[in-house]
Amino acid sequence: MTTEAVALGKGNRSLMASAMAGQAGPVTLVLLAVIAIWYAGAVYMNAPWEIDRFEKHKIDWSAGDLVRATMMQTRPILPAPHQVLMEMNNTIFQKKITSKRSLIYHSWVTLSSTLLGFAIGGILGILLAVGIVHNRTLEKSLMPWVISSQTIPILAIAPMIIVVLGAIGLKGLVPKAIISTYLCFFPITIGMVKGLRSPGVLEMDLMRTFNASRWQTFWMLRWPSSVPFLFTSLKVAIAISLVGAIVGELPTGAQAGLGARLLAGSYYGQTIQIWSALVTAAILAGLLVFLIGVIERVVLKKMGARQ
Amino acid sequence: MIGRWDGFGMAALVFSLLALLLPLASGETTLAWADRSTSLIIVLGFAIVGGLVAWRGVRGLISALAILFLVYLATLMTMQLLDNGVAGSSSWGFWSFILALWALTWRGIASVAAYQTLNKNHQRLVAFFVPACFGFWLLFLWEMVCQGFGVPGVLLPPPSAIFIKLIASLDILWADFVQTFMKAVISGFAMGCASGFIIAILVDRVPFLKRGLLPLGNLVSALPIVGVAPIMVMWFGFDWQSKAAVVVIMTFFPMLVNTVTGLSAAGALELELMRSYGAGYWQTLFKLRLPAAMPFVFNALKINSTLALIGAIVAEFFGTPIVGMGFRISTEVGRMNVDMVWAEIFIAALAGSAFYGVMALMERTVTFWHPSYRTKN
Repeated sequence: MTTEAVALGKGNRSLMASAMAGQAGPVTLVLLAVIAIWYAGAVYMNAPWEIDRFEKHKIDWSAGDLVRATMMQTRPILPAPHQVLMEMNNTIFQKKITSKRSLIYHSWVTLSSTLLGFAIGGILGILLAVGIVHNRTLEKSLMPWVISSQTIPILAIAPMIIVVLGAIGLKGLVPKAIISTYLCFFPITIGMVKGLRSPGVLEMDLMRTFNASRWQTFWMLRWPSSVPFLFTSLKVAIAISLVGAIVGELPTGAQAGLGARLLAGSYYGQTIQIWSALVTAAILAGLLVFLIGVIERVVLKKMGARQ
Repeated sequence: MIGRWDGFGMAALVFSLLALLLPLASGETTLAWADRSTSLIIVLGFAIVGGLVAWRGVRGLISALAILFLVYLATLMTMQLLDNGVAGSSSWGFWSFILALWALTWRGIASVAAYQTLNKNHQRLVAFFVPACFGFWLLFLWEMVCQGFGVPGVLLPPPSAIFIKLIASLDILWADFVQTFMKAVISGFAMGCASGFIIAILVDRVPFLKRGLLPLGNLVSALPIVGVAPIMVMWFGFDWQSKAAVVVIMTFFPMLVNTVTGLSAAGALELELMRSYGAGYWQTLFKLRLPAAMPFVFNALKINSTLALIGAIVAEFFGTPIVGMGFRISTEVGRMNVDMVWAEIFIAALAGSAFYGVMALMERTVTFWHPSYRTKN
């Protein structure tokens, strides 16, 4: 394994002089280093068990045998990256989408509640921010609670919401979406309050000289100037919305979804399954944030913002 | 003329008069307001005050506070009414009065919130009083809805029941708190933040690493890191060490990214001044760059204080010894002891806010020079 990593490192180092200037080169190299460390860790952590096995069966073994063996375990302590990739390939591309073993199926379960929660939370958050900006009493009484609610470990409530809503007949998508909603509307509220307040005194005065109504000021000044803030908080919100959906899947006893895969994997000691679910979740989160970024760029461009 | 009348006062008047006409409780025993003479007087008084407010508006802080005090008396009365046969069989009259209460509370809070003064202590008092009133009102409404409609405790226990449970099981809650907070959160938080801080200083020395690590660090903050919990439980066992490991991973990256950003916060002018003094790397680091980075470091500490508690609690959902906040929440939910779950959540909220508060306080003492703490005049 080490030979492989060193070779990769050397190959990149020759290119490095030109790549050093940008960000892509360093990022790739750090990524490669992470993978190398991962391989090293896999060998180190899985080796004791393999050595035990060799001794027990009285097999002569060399270092090469050991390294090879540590990467082919079915239940390794730390699976090697290629094992995780193979498992992902197996469960994403080789299985039918409708199959319960397909990671696409589980991702879709998680993604649907993430998106539903995100949509509701987004609308709620924006409405709350509009209320807070336009009503002094609401601001004074509600804002401290919105801020202090950030310091509370909200995820702890997740199991209760799931079980209690399950008791009154609400199962599946909606309870998980409620957790996501709850998690993601706070950052949106805070970001939007900031954004709706971002027009300066000059702009507000100009609106007043135009004799603009509250509604016109909102629609033509406050709302457009809050859009960049909205997208920044949407990125944060969709990431924690996904976390909420994953944690929301834990208490239902591992039925479907990425969280369920994590839990089932930890019940049965299937480390490769845990890691592949984890990597899938990470990819999903990255994709969602990236998607919002793309929408942000398009919308801001249409609004005529300078990039 | 009507347009000048105070809407909330009008609502209070209309709803309290309406309340008097409607039955207080229905079902097995029908109760009317007339059966309870003291309540009758209070509701009548309410109608009068509502009318006065509607007619004259609220002028000054004293009258606003007086209104809120009257509302407080009325809430005590409605609590008593609940104990005397209204619980579970509340009717339109009761809810109509609650609406009247809401209207006057809102008018009172709004008047206090609109109060403007130059006295700093008074400002602080108002800034505390308004949200406190609002919170109290929400708790009251929660209690009313639970008891008035007779919501089963399995679904949503009223705050009073949660409080009773909290007092009764302080020893269990304390043991959970020690296991989760004192052992897992504090040690994980300390290790995660310290390592993030030290690695950040190392990374800062190597521009190459800085360019390579920062984008990745930013990416990691968007990933669902809590997911590593089952792996950590597998590696480090069921006890608090595995939870601390999750906390370390969760707190490491925010600290790393923030500190690296903070280390480049020192201005070019100050840096050149240090150079003109002939200061070396370490002197510049300790005397200028680290102090300048402190606002960013404390930002990370504050973010991490919340993340740490979440990480530890969620990690306990994946397996723990028979003690700990996350363990208690997941098992008591399974046994439908929802009041115990709420008590635990209350403790978690308290611990989270206190932890955050301590960080904010430390920030205030360390970065007292920062513009955001300058007193406004």
